[in-house]
This record gives sequence, structure tokens and C-alpha cells, in this order.
Amino acid sequence: MWEDIKDFASTFFVTGDPLIYGADVSIVLTMLAIVFVLTKYKKWGWLWREWLTTVDHKRIGIMYLIASLLMLFRGGVDALLMRLQLAFPNLEFLHADHYNAIFTTHGTIMILFMAMPMMFGLFNMVVPLQIGARDVAYPFLNALSFWLFFLGAMLFNLSFVIGGSPDAGWLSYPPLSQNDFSPGPGQNFWIWGIQISGIGSLATGINFIVTILKMRAPGMTLSKMPLFSWSVLSSSIMIIFAFPILTITIALLFLDRFAGAHFFTMDGGGNPMMYLNLIWMWGHPEVYIVVVPAFGIFSEVVATFSRKRIFGYKSMVWALMAIAIASFFTWAHHFFTMGTSASVIAFFAISTMVIAIPTGVKVFNWLFTMFRGRISFKQPMLWTIAFIPCFLVGGATGVMLAVAPADYQYHNSYFLIAHFHQVLIGGVVFGYLAGIYYWWPKLFGFKLDEKLGRWGFWFWNIGFYICFMPQYALGFMGMTRRYYTYGWDRGWEDLNLVSTVGAFMMGIGFIFQVWQITYSIKHGERDTTGDPWDARTLEWSIPSPAPFYNFAVVPNVKDSDDWWATKQAKANGTYKEEPVHLEPIHMPKNSGIPIIMSTFWFLIGFGFTFGWVWMAVVGFIGVAVCMWVRSFQYDTDYYVPVDEVRRTEASLGRVL
Amino acid sequence: MMANHHDHSHGHDHHEEHEQLKVLGFWIFVVTDCILFGTLFATYAVMMHSFAGGPTGKELFELPGIIASTFILLTSSFTSGLAVLAMNKGKVKELIAWLAVTAVLGLAFVVLEVNEFTHLMHEGATMATSGFWSAFFTLVGTHGLHVSVGLFWMVALMMQLKRRGINAVTRRKVTNLSLYWHFLDVVWIFLFTVVYLMGVM
Repeated sequence: MWEDIKDFASTFFVTGDPLIYGADVSIVLTMLAIVFVLTKYKKWGWLWREWLTTVDHKRIGIMYLIASLLMLFRGGVDALLMRLQLAFPNLEFLHADHYNAIFTTHGTIMILFMAMPMMFGLFNMVVPLQIGARDVAYPFLNALSFWLFFLGAMLFNLSFVIGGSPDAGWLSYPPLSQNDFSPGPGQNFWIWGIQISGIGSLATGINFIVTILKMRAPGMTLSKMPLFSWSVLSSSIMIIFAFPILTITIALLFLDRFAGAHFFTMDGGGNPMMYLNLIWMWGHPEVYIVVVPAFGIFSEVVATFSRKRIFGYKSMVWALMAIAIASFFTWAHHFFTMGTSASVIAFFAISTMVIAIPTGVKVFNWLFTMFRGRISFKQPMLWTIAFIPCFLVGGATGVMLAVAPADYQYHNSYFLIAHFHQVLIGGVVFGYLAGIYYWWPKLFGFKLDEKLGRWGFWFWNIGFYICFMPQYALGFMGMTRRYYTYGWDRGWEDLNLVSTVGAFMMGIGFIFQVWQITYSIKHGERDTTGDPWDARTLEWSIPSPAPFYNFAVVPNVKDSDDWWATKQAKANGTYKEEPVHLEPIHMPKNSGIPIIMSTFWFLIGFGFTFGWVWMAVVGFIGVAVCMWVRSFQYDTDYYVPVDEVRRTEASLGRVL
Repeated sequence: MMANHHDHSHGHDHHEEHEQLKVLGFWIFVVTDCILFGTLFATYAVMMHSFAGGPTGKELFELPGIIASTFILLTSSFTSGLAVLAMNKGKVKELIAWLAVTAVLGLAFVVLEVNEFTHLMHEGATMATSGFWSAFFTLVGTHGLHVSVGLFWMVALMMQLKRRGINAVTRRKVTNLSLYWHFLDVVWIFLFTVVYLMGVM
């Protein structure tokens, strides 16, 4: 009996590496600390009522933000471990297997569990406020999306200490990701972590399409809708077309591994290249899904901090939609080396280059918005200005990669690594950080400290170029991706060392930002006006932090920069005060079902990961029961009485 | 259907408007489900001749049973349409009765499919036989799974109709369910053509 338990534990838990033991201890200590604090201050009920069961889009947005920052930390530590290993030739800091696991989890976490939730966080924090709505179209589904993401992410991260991490690359190409070469639970964690959170992403896409199409304030026609909301619409449209493909692709990979199917196997009529095609039919739109909202953020920030209307609004909308459509016709450029016919390759090379046109239009529009504007270099604007040259170079190297004959030289080299980090960090991360700095006061009621933020900004930016510029050169020198070590004879040591220094500078930048947040909670400049940046769109017309019902009175929109127009009219004395007519506000009730149902999904994933079918069956029954119970609930909404609205507004300093 | 509910006053209208929102969301869900089946059809097309020396579809498919289940599913789509007509006339008993007929037909379809699958497995065609059979079982099985989920939903809905009658919420639910059911019917038409007819040709 005791021997059995020991046997089980030695395969169940990851053993044999001091780094992992250190992590084990810190995870247990953190958990104990959280339980202790919650118990000591009697906060369990508060946590359940106010956060775990909430359907308020702003709180869900905040939870997405917190989770994504944690994942940024974990993905960042992975990156630093890799850069340490590559700092010098022949280092034995990480073994080959460990290195494989780390580059796999780094990629998966950064795209699916960092970029996606940070994006959904911004969707949630901003869109309903920006379009004058009281919540998203389906608040319950929104909460379910969050918890599916969160438990999917936790399942994936669990692989770090239980069962072993996946190590077949962030997109898990077969045949390497099949049972023959990746036995054990690691690869299953990858499949189920992504599958569960992917369902949540799909639901969020549907939710925001309906929210944007149907819940805009009266008067806000689509041609008057702020550009961030347009970018969310574009991104959500891509989500609903791309994510079902992901769902199927990894379900098929699961069937190969679990049921012995022959979709992507080397024998039995399987076709591994089919996996590459399918995964990139999702994967290429996916990178546009995450970058397009960043474009939306830049459009808001540039207009606000140049104190000008955005230049070329219509062309901006056109470009967002053109990118959404074109993104579905470029997938094969990820494997030009597969060796299809010249005409197929030519099609995908040209379609890839075509994407540069709408993107170029956007860059010129941002520049023309700044032209003759009164620019103030606040933090959101700093990141926006840093983005433009960075993304320009990243985009240009992307066009170089699209030149198919030349791609045979760059393929899977560090040139590629430098390219996609430049567009993903320079575009997505800079964009989301700009958005977080910009909308932070609206969510939390205070600004993030400028001085610490500037330290963070410069460390990130200088660190970025020091880290990734050498990698372009390393690519040309023949260094391919996923090498875990290299010899002195290669002549790569100088540039690798420089790159590692840059990576650590970005790490220091992140530490400054964490410091900035903790410092600002106490000392940050409070926002009493609700409009700390003198901005242009509706979300700045209400108090900060926004009350739970958002708008006491739903605004009547007349202009594309409606709040700016209102302020101008007030200054000119042409503003006509409309009589305030308060009505009871219709709001959704909180629900515990999303978190409970997602926990059952977690059981399904965990069960299949270890091949414990009984556990998966329990999970499926649990999910079915949750849906049944929800279907029979009819009392899901309530009305906030006028008195309470009046009191809440008064406490926020607004008299109605 | 309810185009006159555009004013933003509270109370009943608000409810009705909110329910309409859910119908739109369900349409978009159906779009995503189309992509899902589209991906499976594409996979099947790639695997269509990957028999790996094993049995082919032509050898094992038994068309009479498939044609029977096709007619059963098509009829169930028709009866679910009759259920919606009964709802629009406000006849709750008739509505429940037609839903019950739809459910029985759906159940018959699922039972026939399970029978077909067991038969194929006895003949030596399983998920692990070849790429072709992997794609076959996954595509047809995903459709069958959708029908089964629809049955589960239909039972829940009949109970709610019995308890609460026809109101804004149950009306929206019946609308969505029948939309889902017709959609599965359309998918089956493609499935029948691409998998079975082209398979035996």
C-alpha cells in the first residue's frame, strides 16, 4: 500500500529538479498565506459575493487583468530562464528536456493565457462604458467565459508541478506531440488547458459582437462609434470564425492520443501536415485578434493626447475590417518550406504582403493625428509613440519573411523569433500597456505614478531593442530557434550575451511596473473629475471608478467624440441642459454557476489528462447539471430603485 | 417577428427586447457551429481515401438504414416547425405535443446511429482503423452528439413550458431550439450527400 502511494507520487508529482522543488514550496506557502489572510479577516463571504460570483463586466475585467499580469510574470520568468541558458555557449543551467518544456510553456502562456485575457480584460473594462451600455449583452455568459479561461489557465499551469510540462512547442506539431514521442500527461495538459479556455474565448467573441451591435446608446450609429469599440468588433468577428477551428484541431489531436485515431499520425493514413494547416488557420487570425484591439487603443490614445479628432476615421474602420478579412488568407506562410506548388506559395506570399497596406494606412493616420496636435507625453502616449517605430520595423521584417523564396533562408531562424517578438511586444504588449495606463483611473479611481512608470517604460524599451536586434543578426548567422545550447566555435556568444542583458532589462521594467501599481494604490493621484486626461469618449463622462450600473441616465449621442463635443458646447455656452429623468435600472443578478460549472470543466480536463475517465464522466455530469439548473432559473434580474441610483451618484459627487 | 419593441421603457418591453438579443446571439452561435462542422468536413475531405489497407465506406455503408434515419430527421425538423406554429397560435398543449413528437423522432435517429456504429465496429471499422474511419466517426459522431444535446434541451424545455406556459422567455427558448434543430437538419443533408452518397458511388 505504502509502496503504491510512493510509486504514484513519484510519477504524479514532478521530481528531481531543485528549481521545481523551490516552486513547490513557494506555491504551498502562497496558498497557505491566501487562506490565512482570508480566514483571519473573515473575507471568504466577501470574496464569494463580490468577486467569484460577480457578473459585473468591470469586475470581470479586473479579474482578467490580475490573472493576465500573473501569467505575464510566469511567461516572463520562462523567457529569462531561456535567455540565461543561452547567455554563454555550452551552459548546463537547463537540460535539453527542461529547455523544451520552458519554450513550450513560454509561448503558450504568453499568447493564450497572457495576451488573450489582457485583451478580454480591456474589452470588459472599456466597451460597455464607451458605447453607453449598462453591461454586456450576456453578463452570465461573460462570467462563465472568465472562469473557463481561468480554470483552463490553472490546469495548464498545474503541469509545472504535477505530471510534467508539455514540451512539443507552443503549437504542438505532430508527430512530436503524438503518444509515441510525447507520452505522459504533459501534452494532455496543453490540449485541455487550451480547449477549456478556448470555449470561453469563443463565447466572449459572440458576447461582444452582440453588445456592440445591439447595445449602443441611442444616437450612436456605427459611424459614430469610437475606434476602440470598432477594433473590438473586428477582433470578435475574427474570434467567432477562428476559434471553432482551434476547438476541432485540438479535439482531433486529443482523439489521436486518446482513442488511437489517425488524423495526424505517420501511419494509418494520417497526415501531420493537415495539423499544421488547421492550427495556423486559427493561429494566424489569432495574432490579428490580439493586435487589432491594440490598434484601437492607439487610436483612442493618440486622439486624446494630441487633443485632436482622429485623422481618417473612415479609413481606420475600413483598415480594421480589411485586416479581419485578409487575416484568414495568409495561414500557409508559416510553412512555405512544406513544399506545395509555386502558385499556392505565391498566393500566400502576396496575401501576406497585402496586410501591410491597411496597417500602413493606420500608421499614417496616427501620425497625421499627431501632426499639429498639442501633444502631451503622458504614459499612455509614451507607449503609443514607442509603438510606432517598433511596429514599423517588425512589420517590415514581416514583409521580408513573406518573400517566399527568401523565407527558405529565414525559416525558423532567430530572424523569425526577433520578427514576431517585435510585432507582439511592440504591438500587442505596448498597446495593452498603453490601454491599461489610459483606462486605469476609470476602473480604480486613481492614476498610476508617472515617475515610476517612466522608469519602467525606458527599461522596457531600451531592453527590448538590446534583446531582439541581436537576434535578427543571429538568425542570419545560422542560429535556429529552439537550440538549447551552442558551441564556442559558432561565433554566436557575443550577440547572445547582449540579448540576455536586454531581456533582463525588460524584466527590471516589469518590476518597476509592479512597484508602480503597489505604490500608486496609496499615493497615486486621485481622479475626482471622472475625466483625468481631458478625453473625448463617453466613458469619461461618468465618475471614476464607474458605479456598478455605469450610467445613471443613458446618454443621447450626437457626435463621434461625444463627450468632447459636450465639453466644447459647455465651454461655448451652446450646451442645452436636458431634463434628467431617472428610471429604475434593470441589472443582472450574481450567480455562482459560472465558477462551479468551470470547475467541472476543470475536472473533465484533469481526468482526461491522466486518463482517469471516471473523473471526466463526473465532470460531464456536473456540467450538464449546471446547465439544467440554469435553464430552470427565471429570476435572474432585478431593478435598482431610483433612490439608490440618486444616493450612489451623490456619494460620487454628482447631483442629479 | 416583434419589430415594434424599440422603445426603451422598462417592464415587459424591456424583457421582450432582451429576449430578442438572445435570439441574435444564438444565430451567431450557429455561425460558429457552421465553422466547426466546416472544419470537420474539410478534415473528412482530406481523409476521404486514407483507408490504409482497411475497409472502405463503399464496402460497409448500408444505405437503406441511412435513408430511413434521414427521413426520420427531416420529419422531426417539420414537426419542430409545427411546434413553433402552435406556439404562435398560443396553444401550449399542442406545442408540447409537437415537441414530444420531435424528441421521439430525434431519439429514434440517435438509436439508429448508435446501431450503425456498433455494426461498423463489428465489421472491423473503428476510430483506430484508418484515417478515413477516424474522420467518419468524428464527423458523424459530432452531429449525433449535437442531436443528443438537443434532446436533453428539449426535455428541459417541455418541463418549463408545462410549468410556465408561453411567455417571452419560453418563446425565445423554443425559437432558439427550433433554429438549432433545423440547423442540424441542414448539416445532416450535407453529411448524407458527402459521406454516404459520395461514399458508395
